[in-house]
Amino acid sequence: MVKEKTRVLNMVQAINEALDLALAQDPRVLVFGEDVGRLGGVFRVTEGLQAKHGEARVFDTPLAESGILGLAIGLAMGGMRPVAEIQFAGFLYPALDQILSHLGRWRHRSRGRVGLPVVVRAPYGGGVHTPEQHADSPEAILCHTPGVKVVIPSSPERAKGLLLAAIEDEDPVFFLEAIKLYRGARAEVPEGYYTLPLGKARVLREGKAATLIGYGGMVEVMLEAAEVAGREGVEVTVVDLETLVPLDEETVLEAVRATGRAIVVYEAMRTGGFGAEVAARIAEGALDYLQAPVLRVAGYDAPYPPFSAIEHLYRPNARRVLAALRKALSY
Amino acid sequence: MKLKPVGYLERGELPLEKGEALRLYRAMRRARFFDEKAMTLQRQGRLGVYAPFMGQEAAQVGVGLALGEGDWVVPSYRETALLLTRGVPIHVLLLYWRAHPAGWGFPEGVRAVNPYIPIATQIPQAVGLALAGRHRGEGWVVATSIGDGGTSEGDFHEGLNFAAVFQAPVIFLVQNNGYAISVPRHRQMRVDYIARKAEGYGMPGVVVDGNDAVAVYLEAKKAVERARKGEGPTLLEALTYRLAPHTTSDDPSRYRTREEEEAWRKKDPVLRFRKALEEGGLWGEEEERALLGELEEEFARELALADSAPEPRPEEIVEHVYKEMGPDQRRAFEALRQGLHLEEVW
Ligand SMILES: Cc1ncc(C[n+]2csc(CCOP(=O)(O)OP(=O)(O)O)c2C)c(N)n1
Repeated sequence: MVKEKTRVLNMVQAINEALDLALAQDPRVLVFGEDVGRLGGVFRVTEGLQAKHGEARVFDTPLAESGILGLAIGLAMGGMRPVAEIQFAGFLYPALDQILSHLGRWRHRSRGRVGLPVVVRAPYGGGVHTPEQHADSPEAILCHTPGVKVVIPSSPERAKGLLLAAIEDEDPVFFLEAIKLYRGARAEVPEGYYTLPLGKARVLREGKAATLIGYGGMVEVMLEAAEVAGREGVEVTVVDLETLVPLDEETVLEAVRATGRAIVVYEAMRTGGFGAEVAARIAEGALDYLQAPVLRVAGYDAPYPPFSAIEHLYRPNARRVLAALRKALSY
Repeated sequence: MKLKPVGYLERGELPLEKGEALRLYRAMRRARFFDEKAMTLQRQGRLGVYAPFMGQEAAQVGVGLALGEGDWVVPSYRETALLLTRGVPIHVLLLYWRAHPAGWGFPEGVRAVNPYIPIATQIPQAVGLALAGRHRGEGWVVATSIGDGGTSEGDFHEGLNFAAVFQAPVIFLVQNNGYAISVPRHRQMRVDYIARKAEGYGMPGVVVDGNDAVAVYLEAKKAVERARKGEGPTLLEALTYRLAPHTTSDDPSRYRTREEEEAWRKKDPVLRFRKALEEGGLWGEEEERALLGELEEEFARELALADSAPEPRPEEIVEHVYKEMGPDQRRAFEALRQGLHLEEVW
């Protein structure tokens, strides 16, 4: 493999670069949403794109999420490749009808004639003291929608390649970006255009004691826990799902079969969260290998707290993962 | 602002040339023929639930024929007449109302998408489709349609606002038939004319006599021209009435009177236009009989086609969810293909 030139970028810069390359490469790509044009988005993810690619390709919409999703669907029907930004994932709710009734369904309800290559990007998750409603993790709602894909990157280098793959994909893709990682995660990012395959989980670390499974903003939490445990001689496997739908079940099951213990980590509300799906698949596919119940480390069954002084109690951290690990090991 | 419905037939005017007038009539008659046949088929158990449009032919056909070949329609469930004018074959529409997969996804080359069941969701999508035409330099116009009840939904407002802001080439046809299932217009809104709302978004709003095919057709043509010239969207409110139930499962006698229905029956758009043509010496008994013969033959042919469509395969359940099946669909597909349940193979 040719060694690509890399630079250290944060997540915002890496995603910006992906959008820039996509706009340059394919005239069908359009970037739009609330404040994405002149301002460059509230997190500056689209900074400079309007100046470079013009107001026809990168534009502000009125403040209306259902309108934005509906517009994206129509544009895709007409042969464009829209990349819509929803300002915060918690504001996807006004657009849920467009998502559930249409975005995920059009290919099926047109018997394959109308495919919707739409990408919806949205920042999600907590850990940065945002106001009420700005820290939601609604991925489970999206995963429960047939016909859409759900991708949640955990590093700048992965985010760039996965976003370009999402834009190339012929089906709708939700691309959720952990707010905590926007400026917090920095990594070597290859220059130029590259894609990374959707639908593949990654094993980031291997150990015999247990398997930690998570995605997005929880990956650094899992790695931190694994690091601490490792210092005490407990080596764990860490799996980054990266794509929730379609789920790379094989990689998960293989990792769990090798360790006999599984802990799923997600920051959404516990009940009905995506971690429950992962736990169920492990029960279906690897029960004979389990030496302890599959455990979940997740948010509480309550709205994400708007009170910054206690939000760290809601959002899983390495200590909670370690507590679950101890429980699994002593079962 | 004073609004008054545009109409011609009441005044005995026919500002159309013969060919155009006859094209309009034939299309309306064909639509009515379909609707009557579909109702009968439904009563015989040969269609699923069906939403008749009887009484609203002028509104739908008028807009459908005002469009050019490259233009699109984004319809709601009651717009079967609009789809007929756009060239969706009758057997495909019958299969659609049979809930058969072969009625899903219209044939290549037909610039119409499947009817929408959730109310108003098609409105912002129609705007997106119109903007795609502009981006691609193809400049197609999009006509989308909604009922009076549907204008209360949020997506109606978001979509109209988007269309005005982006000056999208869209015609919003509101078929104001007075009822949303059982709820009369005055329990739905407090304005006299829905077209009045257009001003609030910054687009022209026009009210037409929706049972006057000539009026709808001419006003729709103006709207299409405006859209094509880059002058943006138009809201076209057609005042009309559905003579039949909301769907074949509905009982309109619970919420409206026979007198009201009878009064509207006198304004039946098909009969009314036929009368105008006859008065102008453009149509007669003989032409009508010949046309009905043609329609009868066409329908029989198409019904036979629909009847001969093979039963859907079980594995069609998981086809076309994604361009390529993911692991979960593949596993389900294999199970269904072998006549098994998912639980037996997982
Ligand atoms: C979002 C949504 N809510 C409710 C319904 C159920 N529903 C179907 S038709 C209808 C009334 C629609 O009335 P209107 O918009 O006036 O259109 P019409 O049926 O008269 O053509 C309702 C409430 C629906 N299909 N979608």
